[in-house]
Amino acid sequence: MSGAFRIPGAGRFKQAKTARFSFDGQSYAGIEGDTLASALLANGVHLVGRSFKYHRPRGILSAGAEEPNALVEIKRDAARKTPNVRATVQELYDGLDAQSQNRWPSLSFDVGAVNDIASPLFSAGFYYKTFMWPKAAWKSLYEPKIRAAAGLGVSPDQPDPDHYSSRYAHCDVLVLGGGAAGIAAALAAAETGMRVILADEQAEFGGSLRFETGAKIDGQDGFAWAQGTIAKLSAMDNVRVLSRTTAFGYYAQNFVGLVERVSDHLKTPGHDLARERLWQIRAKRVVLASGAIERHMVFADNDRPGIMLAGAARTYLNHYGVAVGKNVGVYTANDSAYAAAIDLKKAGVNVAAIIDLRDNPTGPVIDEARALGIEVNFGRAVIRAGGKLRVSSMTVQPKNGGGERTIPVDAILMSAGWTPSVHLFSQSRGKVAFNDETKRFVPGTYAQDCVSVGACNGTDGLSATVDEAYAAGAKAAKDAGAKIAKGTKPKVDASESWSRGMLGAAPGAGPDTTVKAFVDFQNDVTAKDIRQAVHEGMRSIEHVKRFTTNGMATDQGKTSNMHGLAIAAETLGKPIPEVGLTTFRAPYTPVTFGAIVSHARGPLFDPTRSTAIHPWAEAQGAVFEDVGQWKRAWYFPKAGEDMHAAVDRECVAVRKTAGLFDASTLGKIEVVGPDAAKFMELLYTNPWEKLEPGRCRYGIMLREDGFIYDDGVVGRLAPDRFHVTTTTGGAPRVMNHMEDYLQTEFPHLNVWLTSITEQWAVIAVQGPKSRDIIAPLVEGIDMSDEALPHMSVREGRICGVPTRLFRMSFTGERGFEVNVPVDYGQAVWEALWAEGQKHGAAAYGTEAMHVLRAEKGYIIVGQDTDGTVTPNDAGLDWAVGKKKPDFVGIRGMARPDLVAKGRKQLVGLKTRDPKVVLEEGAQIVEDPKQAIPMKMIGHVTSSYWSENCGRSIALALVAGGRDRMGDTLYVPMPNGVIEVEVTGMVFFDERGGRLNG
Amino acid sequence: MLLIRCPYCEEERPELEFRNAGEAHIARSVNIAGETDDDFEKFFFIRSNPKGIIYERWRHMHGCARFFNAVRDTVTDKFVMTYKAGEPKPSKLPGVAK
Repeated sequence: MSGAFRIPGAGRFKQAKTARFSFDGQSYAGIEGDTLASALLANGVHLVGRSFKYHRPRGILSAGAEEPNALVEIKRDAARKTPNVRATVQELYDGLDAQSQNRWPSLSFDVGAVNDIASPLFSAGFYYKTFMWPKAAWKSLYEPKIRAAAGLGVSPDQPDPDHYSSRYAHCDVLVLGGGAAGIAAALAAAETGMRVILADEQAEFGGSLRFETGAKIDGQDGFAWAQGTIAKLSAMDNVRVLSRTTAFGYYAQNFVGLVERVSDHLKTPGHDLARERLWQIRAKRVVLASGAIERHMVFADNDRPGIMLAGAARTYLNHYGVAVGKNVGVYTANDSAYAAAIDLKKAGVNVAAIIDLRDNPTGPVIDEARALGIEVNFGRAVIRAGGKLRVSSMTVQPKNGGGERTIPVDAILMSAGWTPSVHLFSQSRGKVAFNDETKRFVPGTYAQDCVSVGACNGTDGLSATVDEAYAAGAKAAKDAGAKIAKGTKPKVDASESWSRGMLGAAPGAGPDTTVKAFVDFQNDVTAKDIRQAVHEGMRSIEHVKRFTTNGMATDQGKTSNMHGLAIAAETLGKPIPEVGLTTFRAPYTPVTFGAIVSHARGPLFDPTRSTAIHPWAEAQGAVFEDVGQWKRAWYFPKAGEDMHAAVDRECVAVRKTAGLFDASTLGKIEVVGPDAAKFMELLYTNPWEKLEPGRCRYGIMLREDGFIYDDGVVGRLAPDRFHVTTTTGGAPRVMNHMEDYLQTEFPHLNVWLTSITEQWAVIAVQGPKSRDIIAPLVEGIDMSDEALPHMSVREGRICGVPTRLFRMSFTGERGFEVNVPVDYGQAVWEALWAEGQKHGAAAYGTEAMHVLRAEKGYIIVGQDTDGTVTPNDAGLDWAVGKKKPDFVGIRGMARPDLVAKGRKQLVGLKTRDPKVVLEEGAQIVEDPKQAIPMKMIGHVTSSYWSENCGRSIALALVAGGRDRMGDTLYVPMPNGVIEVEVTGMVFFDERGGRLNG
Repeated sequence: MLLIRCPYCEEERPELEFRNAGEAHIARSVNIAGETDDDFEKFFFIRSNPKGIIYERWRHMHGCARFFNAVRDTVTDKFVMTYKAGEPKPSKLPGVAK
């Protein structure tokens, strides 16, 4: 037997298999098809958790996704621990291991429950009021304590070993919700032959047909009709049926995000199955059939375990065959709870009494309840519940006051009415409208191509729902382009109908302020808290919400929002629509990061770019650094060397003999066409028309505002062909910048731009021996200084493959950059390396490259400039063509602020103590004795130990820097003030003789 | 995610393929070097930032790589229409009142 509360003959699992599971270490039996909640209830377990703030004992409120209380941790193994799983959604599998949360030391005895007694301290807004003084205590005391005490569940502490998948899909009609309405709409759309996707969050379709025993469609029981129709739809080629799939977000242009729970319900998911699958569906038309959610009654101690929604109790009975108690009370303000009482009574459960807040309701269900011998009381309220770990009684009083009567019960079923689920409609930016007669918000103005049908549209009764949904499904298909319609509408033979109910606090909720009548179970918000928020001055519902946290828990206020709103409106003395509804936001239910991230984690988080020479550098033991997406060799340590030793050795080797450097990541763009030179004139500050083919020039690119955007050496290969290089990080934006001007401002120019970054591997060979290393491998290029002077480029062959050979230097030494097709990159590197070994050359990395260029005062755009530096600021006026009538940035450069005196200029800095290396980013002041805050006149942009200079060197941006040559300035640091002298930017070989050395 | 119609590819493609490129119909003067400070300020710094209809530039970055113009409603985020770079600002917008 799978639980003492399982009723033989009830429920839908006739030949179900037993599934063993454990909760808080105790073993129980359930059956396959159960949720964890139904299996616990079958075993008489109602107490499943402790509340968030007051640590009050909590039971199972609902039978679906709206559950605020029954949150548990499901543990598969050490790495697979999922907190905050709703027991009402988690399907049972054999061996399931669940733990309650938010309690210590145990669920039935929780020390944190002292908060319940001390609750006057924790009233609405207590964070804002209680922890204000002393100010410093917030960080050191209050926040850490609050964070430790609050929160629900514990995050897993190991990487998630599961995998997740992601699918995109398109369809003509997307139907969200698979109850009677959704199925009817999907059927109508599917019969036209259009592409239809139907999704529902439950394992089985049917929605409220799971508990509505009075429904008959096409001559069958409603739930059986749903299963039959789903089977028919699943067999159609144009229909995709997704169960266990929750639409969590409705985005622009009918783009809907859904999560399919693929394997959380399986005993052994195996590695072939993803845990969850994210669906991103674009639909021509969307049909929203998201149903309605039952509200609880707001009365004192309405959170005791055993008190639940009437519809939930009915679901547990009619679908799972589980009675939620042996002696139940009912507290209602609408008809639907009667149906629950009737079903339970018929199943042999004693119904102690139905307490109906309404004065003199009439209807068939009331008559039927009476006919079954159930005591029915009108105009009365349940003013409090007795019991602590389980409800033991309900105390009843006429709603206008009078004598109290306490009725012993072991469960209370409650219903304040049904709230249409307008979450997705509202997310689609549709505007809801308040229906004063039925006291509910229903879809009003639509913003997207969607339609709401059934309970979520405020349509009452199965017959009207199916009519509306079937017509809407057919129309959606037609609007999406369907030509034919050939189906038959399902015929509803019998249905239940109930609407109305009440909003806000019932008489049992006060006005006594010590009473805890819960509005929001998950965030422990009471009716009193909402009234208090209004009394303390909150007027907008958005403020009330934030002050009380009503509706802000992970259940998103599915059961609480309308009550909270009604209580606020009543306290404010305003009609509900004037107070307004809070905004519904995605996700509808919590979505795992795994589903969102899918495979894009670890090495697949971001693409990694590596050069052709990368494997060689790796084999040599290079240490790499990330430069954008590139992996670049940072330095090549030999045995026993630390980074400084390696960089010092590499820097010395380059100046003494030679060094090889992988410069392949350099951005490269080919500018080709009859107007190539004209285009270059406009995009760069320099003159290009007169640059002879075969020569190179250092180019500066500005933005229109006159600030330096990028730089690089440009070689003219032919009158109509430029080989442009950019900074490594700047390549994509430079290409975008060029394309922008070419396409939109200068479309008259006949030019083609091609990114060739990944086509050419670049090997820099720098140093006095560089020519000796390269020359033996080169064919067809005269390597003499006369034929190939500094800043020139030739095409020829190296190692038998084509090369664009640049004579250029970023070190100040005689230097070359050998471009070869990327497939030959590593082979040519290895050949050059072998030649280099004969001369004692070293491989050097980006750190040595930085030091060597700083020794020469060569700037790095983005390090020594920051987007507010002009060519003049950087000392690069010589690279600006003075006679040019136009180039990008020409006008920006002339702005008053950019030509004013006292701008920050790039200069060199030498520390008085040559051993001291400044910190990059350190601030510079004139007078270190001035009062704090000091006036900062600049900052260090580049700073290194230079083994070649035998001292530290630095570049800095300093206000009026070039007029301060030889001046002493100060760099205040935590450990004392560092004295520096302002110098020129060139620290090594000032006359530049080594370029030809 | 928005769908944007590229006027060169002549089809709707997902937003991921596109990059916004700022307000449209702001012409760079052919005599920019001779512009007054005020004119340059208008050209370079001043943008309309409307609530409602905006004319802006987009680039089909991960598609045909062309820049084009689009009319979008900043309130609803809806694209009213797109058209090729260099085409005049449309005087009539489909489906927009006023």
